[in-house]
Amino acid sequence: MNITSAQYFNHIDGTQAGIRIVVDDVTMDVPLDPANRHYAEILRQVAAGDLTILDAD
Amino acid sequence: MSKAAELAALIGSQTALSNRNLIINGASQIWQRGTSVDTISTGGILCDRWRIGHSGTDGNVDVDQDTSVPTGKGFGFSQKISMDASESSLDAGDQVNVTQKIEAQNLQHLEFGTSSAKSLVLSFYVKSSVAATYTVEWLTRDGTQRMIGRTYTINSANTWEYKTLTIPGDPSATINNDNGIGLEIRWWMDAGSTYTGGTFATDWENKTNANRVNATTGWLVSTSPTWHITGVQLEIGEQATPFEHRSFGDELAACKRYFEKSFDVGTTPGVSDYNSTENWTVNADGSGNAVISPSFKVEKRAAPTMVAYQATGATGSWNYFRDGATGTGGVTFDRIGTNTTRCYTAIGANWASGSIFGHWTADAEL
Repeated sequence: MNITSAQYFNHIDGTQAGIRIVVDDVTMDVPLDPANRHYAEILRQVAAGDLTILDAD
Repeated sequence: MSKAAELAALIGSQTALSNRNLIINGASQIWQRGTSVDTISTGGILCDRWRIGHSGTDGNVDVDQDTSVPTGKGFGFSQKISMDASESSLDAGDQVNVTQKIEAQNLQHLEFGTSSAKSLVLSFYVKSSVAATYTVEWLTRDGTQRMIGRTYTINSANTWEYKTLTIPGDPSATINNDNGIGLEIRWWMDAGSTYTGGTFATDWENKTNANRVNATTGWLVSTSPTWHITGVQLEIGEQATPFEHRSFGDELAACKRYFEKSFDVGTTPGVSDYNSTENWTVNADGSGNAVISPSFKVEKRAAPTMVAYQATGATGSWNYFRDGATGTGGVTFDRIGTNTTRCYTAIGANWASGSIFGHWTADAEL
């Protein structure tokens, strides 16, 4: 999966909600659920040193 | 005992009379993401529930819905996998495959991990541009990963053939009773020595990459290789039964547990589509954000990845209009559940009333 950017995003109340990624120019909101395949792939790429997740704005 | 009684006893002892197919979308009916893609990413899905894997290839992998089907079997479509360029030579890590992953809690009746583990029989119609011996692999993921393989032979190139493969149950495999991956069934079009270099696993064994594929097929180095499949059925027992044709609606609902969209079923997400957008009347809060909660028609396997689409097809935002203004606002899905999702979007003014319209997709694939 070619993730070109990753950044945490927040709930409307300001607490951490998920990770926004861009894959093949498509913007995706990924929940912090280990059963979600995109979240699992994000964790795999971070562990491999291939991806850095930016802090939320 | 009469032949009819023998048949009834056989069916009754081995499998169900309906809903016996563990494969979803085995007849290649459902294509919610589109019907043709050039250069699919590894891990990408076009035909619902069917995941494409590839690595190392010189050319790109293309996937298409195709009307080529075996004659007289009642199928309307097949899934076509092809390459846009041939390999100059097959490298160790080169491979192309297609996989269906089955949810673990749907497989508890197989009784894997016990002495009562049940045999499985896989049947399918296949057509390839290269006559060769190909591999199908079964792989479990929970605990120690376990695998077994079988081969089938394409006797005549570019000709539909019917294949059945039987495997024993695995008393040593673990399939948790949950929403994760229970069993993967993978058809390998071709693979290099990373996957063929060992001793092919014809009995259940712990996963070893070198033992996964019987041998290279020559498919990747051939000119304009193509491979088609349809009519896939996996059922308990040792005797394949005729393909269980399910209604389009039933198959679509089954697929929606793993992927759902607000677009009409025949509309590819991301195309310009003003006709079937969802519309919400909203009131913005003091920060100019409007909060809504789209619901899913089918409960998702897990919290899905959400994508927002404008009516134009652009992602990450929706259209709005309010008194005196129109525009687009970024969408954030901040409380994603399996039955509904909350999201908020800016409509450009605090405490304003207006309307939002757009599309979404929800991806909960394994």
